[in-house]
Amino acid sequence: MTVSDCEYCSSAAGPVMNDVPAESVAWHTTVRESLKANDVKLTVYVPDRVLTPLIDALHADPFFTCFACTREEEALGIVSGAWMGGMRGAVLMQTSGFATIPNALASLVVPSQIPALIFVSERGTLGEFNLGQTMVLKTMRPVLDALAVDHHTITRQDELGFIIDRSIKQAVAIQAPVVFILSPLLTGGKVFKA
Amino acid sequence: MTHAHNAKVMNRFELTKRLVGHLKHEEAVIGGIGNTNFDLWCAGQRPQNFYMLGSMGLAIPIALGVAIAQPERRVVALEGDGSLLMQLGCLATVAARAPQNLTIVVWDNGIYQITGGQKTASGTADLVAIARAAGIAQSNWAADEEEFERLFAAALKDGGPSLIAARIDDKPGVGTTDRDPVQIRERFMRGLKVRA
Repeated sequence: MTVSDCEYCSSAAGPVMNDVPAESVAWHTTVRESLKANDVKLTVYVPDRVLTPLIDALHADPFFTCFACTREEEALGIVSGAWMGGMRGAVLMQTSGFATIPNALASLVVPSQIPALIFVSERGTLGEFNLGQTMVLKTMRPVLDALAVDHHTITRQDELGFIIDRSIKQAVAIQAPVVFILSPLLTGGKVFKA
Repeated sequence: MTHAHNAKVMNRFELTKRLVGHLKHEEAVIGGIGNTNFDLWCAGQRPQNFYMLGSMGLAIPIALGVAIAQPERRVVALEGDGSLLMQLGCLATVAARAPQNLTIVVWDNGIYQITGGQKTASGTADLVAIARAAGIAQSNWAADEEEFERLFAAALKDGGPSLIAARIDDKPGVGTTDRDPVQIRERFMRGLKVRA
């Protein structure tokens, strides 16, 4: 399959949605449409300020079953059950939430070969003001590498749709989770005044 | 109404056998880790049973996910008191989603039996009262074996999120599960007719 064959990523210059260049589409719109195009109906989250426009967009679209839960590993349990029941699911969290899920990854998602789709809003870098977030961030990629969980740090809108679309298809095909780390370069991050 | 202090102390394997005997419509059952799972395994293996191998506390979230994916199928989560105490927030999530096809069964022996019998906080925390306060109105202690069966049969028949708690003794599980997570997951998905 070539790039031009991909219904969602139809331009070598970047994904095009409804003939609108990717650069003019909001990142959260691209995420929502990528999930929809891949029949990911369930989205479960622990909220994050940066993810709020995406969460709002998912709530507003009746295609999705979207709700908050109380803890990130709970979200992983829910989408794992849904996958086994035949429904694709994604979880959304911020970086600090990631620190709560290694056990669920290591003892449920990875060994059971469940293609959980995990979106992490990257905190702790590029202007972070909370030391706690920076420390958690330092653990995130090493933990994922230790578990051999695929992860992509997405910094550019013109690559976003392609990465998500292809990675969802790969996750389902090889029955493995994948983590999308949404950089402040993509989302704008959480801004504060120094 | 039965309270924790006047519920009969029963046996998990005995109750699990009774529970499995009520499963006539390929209901999905998620077994929490440890003895909960072991007794489910020994009560008769079914392709619609999912046996957790780790991720303590996630039996109810996994069951909620199955219930959302397959709203026409009844789904049962079996969980121990220690595991539930690790993930109490899931009761609030279940109440907020209000799945009509989910029933939670809690085996409460007041100890972390498998790790050496250390006391859990369920000696002072009433798990049924917590579930009710979380918003699962149909939450009850089973007074004895007969009431357990009656409550469980009613939960399967009437629907709505519900929780049944049973005080149990400190006996370990009567066997152990296989421990091949991929095989367990595949068999479960075939049992749910997700896979051919």
